Amino acid sequence: MRRSLFRKNLVTALLLAPATLWLVVFLVLPFVAIAVFSVGERAPEGGYQAALTFAQYANLPARATAFWNTMVLAPAGALACLLVAYPVAYYLALRAPQRWRLILLALIVIPFWTSLLMRTYAWMYILGGRGIPALLAYVGIEDLRLINTPGAVLLGIVYGYLPLMILPIYVSLERLDRRLLEASADLGATPLSTFLGVTLRLSLPGVMTGFSLVMILLLGEYLIPTLLGGGKVFFIGNALVDLFLQSRNWPFGSAIAITLVLVSVVVLIVANRISTRLSGARRVDLI
Amino acid sequence: MTAVPDIEFRAVTKRYGAITAVSDIDLAIPPSAFVALLGPSGCGKTTCLRMIGGFEQPSEGQVLIRGRDMAGTPPYRRPVNMVFQQYALFPHLDVEENISYGLRQARPRLSSREIALRAGEALSMVQLAGYGRRKIHELSGGQQQRVALARALVNKPAVLLLDEPLAALDKKLRTDMQIELQNLQREIGITFVLVTHDQEEALSMSDFVCVMNGGRVVQLGQPSEIYDEPADLFVADFVGKTNLLNGKVAGLSGDLVDVALADGTVISARKRVPLSRGEAVSVSLRPESLSLSAPGSGAFKGIVRNRIFLGSTAEYAIEVQGIGSLLAKADHVIGQGNLFKPGEPVAIGFAAGAPLAFPHANNNGTNQREDQHAEILS
Repeated sequence: MRRSLFRKNLVTALLLAPATLWLVVFLVLPFVAIAVFSVGERAPEGGYQAALTFAQYANLPARATAFWNTMVLAPAGALACLLVAYPVAYYLALRAPQRWRLILLALIVIPFWTSLLMRTYAWMYILGGRGIPALLAYVGIEDLRLINTPGAVLLGIVYGYLPLMILPIYVSLERLDRRLLEASADLGATPLSTFLGVTLRLSLPGVMTGFSLVMILLLGEYLIPTLLGGGKVFFIGNALVDLFLQSRNWPFGSAIAITLVLVSVVVLIVANRISTRLSGARRVDLI
Repeated sequence: MTAVPDIEFRAVTKRYGAITAVSDIDLAIPPSAFVALLGPSGCGKTTCLRMIGGFEQPSEGQVLIRGRDMAGTPPYRRPVNMVFQQYALFPHLDVEENISYGLRQARPRLSSREIALRAGEALSMVQLAGYGRRKIHELSGGQQQRVALARALVNKPAVLLLDEPLAALDKKLRTDMQIELQNLQREIGITFVLVTHDQEEALSMSDFVCVMNGGRVVQLGQPSEIYDEPADLFVADFVGKTNLLNGKVAGLSGDLVDVALADGTVISARKRVPLSRGEAVSVSLRPESLSLSAPGSGAFKGIVRNRIFLGSTAEYAIEVQGIGSLLAKADHVIGQGNLFKPGEPVAIGFAAGAPLAFPHANNNGTNQREDQHAEILS
């Protein structure tokens, strides 16, 4: 009896070992290192020098703009994604003819086959001087600047992250029991109140999954603000690259990174709470 | 019954592409009755129910609820409520919120006090008082069934539609719910329309049974009528158990025909439709109309193959030479050890008037087509 229990535990341990090892080496250890760096000092020639000080954290306001941009544009970007993605997911799951569904889903995922870098470069040209503004100049609208504005960054974000928002919402709508919609109509609910009271409520786990997924990725976004924001709209990600690679102020960069991680965790917990409460589901599925 | 029927079908046909699910049905369901739509899967009974509920629109004809044509009226404006198969309760709402869902949709709005009051009444009506705050997934199947009933009835519908409501329950619970549904219907006094493929359920619960096959109504009548005087071979075979003996018409006299069976025996049977001499017929003989006795008398001689003892009755499968296997049912009286044993020879008799003769041809044909229908529709 005891022996078989031991064997069972051993098998469990063996099964978990690779993943555990991977996470310890590539997640836990670097995280500990960053945490240690964040209470250190910048060595005179750059890098890290051991110390125990919270000066780096006290210095966070120096990067307030990056934090501000991230904290505004990440949720705004996720929200914009959501507003575009929900109708698409709704159409795919509830309205699209069955035989078209897979093809349409594939069309949504196909852009992922090209690197985000290339696709964002393409947007640089579309929004840049020789793109849309040049076309608009033909019809008399002069001096319209699109590139290097928060709007361009937002557009890039919606474009780049849309599939990540569509898929979880699609899955939750696709799982929705259609008879619930009939039951709601049977009980006198108009199509609008059925949508608000049943469809939307029951797809919230998908909405929250998509929202937190996009939001968290956006908190660390670096590429889109660089290319479409032109250094004028920079995110925390840009600040980190700057601090680690240019000014080599590792402790300050680490303090910013740790703060970012904490913010992300808070976002996840809050999103999870909200969707659990509203949908009555006991867990939130990641896709 | 001069009153306006609660539900009326006028020449209703429903097609899905090339498939005709319901074909030219005329039907009037009298007020305050418990009516069962009974038939094999794919016979169109669920489609009929869904046309009453407004989830399907007839391709031709009219569906009327209390005399009003329902064409173009969406489900949320119809004075009927449905108990769905597997209940379709809202998983994100608790029991009380589920029940008051319909009340919250009412315009002009009802006061929250009235909503709470009526939801509370509905809960006690289905014996779930005190369960209001429970989550749906915390309830047993029987309790979910009651919530679904309360959720529909709380809106005081003109007609309650029930789509195979008992199919998901175990046998014991099903019997209890059958009685409860019957009592509820009498108490509230509104029309219940029940869809079921279970003939026992239809016979035991309803005032009227509407037997459907191949998208048509085959027979509408009280349960005893349906059982004793089936309109055709399909009803005789589908409702209750029966023995079908093939033969040919050997003679005609008024309502009776003489049928020569495969083994040469000639029996006298009643007919429901005109038959002609020499026509191939099937004779239906209910198992309980057969009587068994020691060999020597009776119409047939056979050998008991199997005995299924059911407590109050016993069923026998009896092998009759030239005819095949016959099912007989005999009452069991305690202390009277008159059970026949497998292998024992017996004589089989039947009461005069018990055999019913039907034209032979249309049965198998329809049945096969039905099975195809069922496959396509499911």
